[in-house]
Amino acid sequence: MGQSVTVPITISVNGKQHSAEVEPRLLLAQFLRETLSMTGTHIGCDTTSCGACTVIIDGSSAKSCTVLAVQANGAEVTTVEGLADGDTLHPIQEGFWEKHGLQCGFCTPGMMMSAVALLNDNPEPSEEEIRHGLAGNVCRCTGYHNIVLAVQYAADKMKS
Amino acid sequence: MIPAPFQYHKPTSVAEAAELLKKHGSDAKILAGGHSLIPLMKLRLAQPEVIIDIGAIESMSYIQEREEGIAIGGTTHYVDIANSSTVPKALSEAAAQVADVQVRNRGTIGGSLAHSDPAADLPAALVALKGQIITSSTNEHRTLESNEFFQDLFTTALREDEIISEILVPAESEETGSAYVKFGNKASHYAVVGVAASVTLTNGKCIEASIGVTGAGPAAYQASESISELVGSDLGDGAIEKASAKAGEGVDFNDDVHASGEYRAHLVTVFAERAIRLAASRAS
Ligand SMILES: Cc1cc2nc3c(=O)[nH]c(=O)nc-3n(C[C@H](O)[C@H](O)[C@H](O)COP(=O)(O)OP(=O)(O)OC[C@H]3O[C@@H](n4cnc5c(N)ncnc54)[C@H](O)[C@@H]3O)c2cc1C
Ligand code: FES
Ligand code: FES
Repeated sequence: MGQSVTVPITISVNGKQHSAEVEPRLLLAQFLRETLSMTGTHIGCDTTSCGACTVIIDGSSAKSCTVLAVQANGAEVTTVEGLADGDTLHPIQEGFWEKHGLQCGFCTPGMMMSAVALLNDNPEPSEEEIRHGLAGNVCRCTGYHNIVLAVQYAADKMKS
Repeated sequence: MIPAPFQYHKPTSVAEAAELLKKHGSDAKILAGGHSLIPLMKLRLAQPEVIIDIGAIESMSYIQEREEGIAIGGTTHYVDIANSSTVPKALSEAAAQVADVQVRNRGTIGGSLAHSDPAADLPAALVALKGQIITSSTNEHRTLESNEFFQDLFTTALREDEIISEILVPAESEETGSAYVKFGNKASHYAVVGVAASVTLTNGKCIEASIGVTGAGPAAYQASESISELVGSDLGDGAIEKASAKAGEGVDFNDDVHASGEYRAHLVTVFAERAIRLAASRAS
């Protein structure tokens, strides 16, 4: 069995630097949820399949259940907690609210992070592009129709 | 699910990574995008004692046009290959069809080739394009032909002390067209069967053809029987149909929960035909 020597890391999460000594096997999702107590990032499948754990690392969406915290050392991570500006919702959050893009809400943080990454790359996605852009995120209950409407709402809002 | 403990190294150059790999031998595993290795470690199907993380070596991620062809760094992400207009179409199309956005942001070409999952997309494209895999160890570089690289289930010609540092594919002339099409698993998007084709047409006649198949058998292969039907033909319906019918010849088909061997044998012929037609439509 390999010995686990802890490693010092510093990760910027939603603009704030966090330093910690971590075991290399610590997953980024655990680092966020357990070390930083930021439980907005959900763990659904823990097998890289559902996308509930999606966060944005240096501008690209990633499933944080399949990234080691040490791999994100020095990176800038954005989680769902970083979307709202105080009491003002981010357009994507407003979109999910207005268009009823969630039921139980379990998949929602990951859906929103994938949607934000998509809109950063492509501010005016077609319906098909939205569906492709969210292919790595699974929702068990809302169905995808209203989620697509929520992303379209956000795209319109962000344009104006 | 939490991986077993391991020692972590983050080298900053290929040479340093090769030194570490030599030092730790079979106790060590290279980590690139981590999108095959970390899931295996979480399931404890892999329990390496030492992890050598090459994912942050900046000099390993690039796409360059060179005299000898197009060079792609070993840790170049799928997303960059998918968005590249420099790499041949079969390769960008294969990268664009891997899994989903999040996986394409993390997974790397070197990781895909080294892992040699029987359902991986890129190996088929590489075989069809007759790409070369450049490896680095502490004392040498080797150039391996893609046709001989993928040997069996998760088994390649890569030695334990080697790192895939670069992939080289020939630049496509105007007369050459290539394509990758697949029948993907609906949940994971892994290829149940995927076929890449590359054809060169000169004065209406096919002078060169190459077909790579993934998902069908234990590892990606070159469909040699099909090629002889295409070369010398005008790529008319007759030649394409004959070539497609032979794309699974001699293959020991995978038979699993996703598809029976019989169904895969059928899919290979259907997707070979689609790949050849699409490649031909791009060769002018
Ligand atoms: C949900 C999901 C869906 C997927 N769907 C698809 C799909 O549709 N199509 C598809 O093709 N793939 C798919 N994959 C696999 C994905 O493409 C992996 O990223 C890829 O197989 C491995 O690349 P990596 O960079 O993540 O490698 P890692 O996981 O880091 O490494 C994989 C293996 O290769 C070795 N290795 C890595 N890089 C090198 C190198 N440069 N030199 C030597 N050895 C190296 C490692 O030691 C390890 O043994 C999927 C994965 C997931 C999690
Ligand atoms: S929890 Fe990470 S993909 Fe499901
Ligand atoms: S809202 Fe319940 S899983 Fe998507």
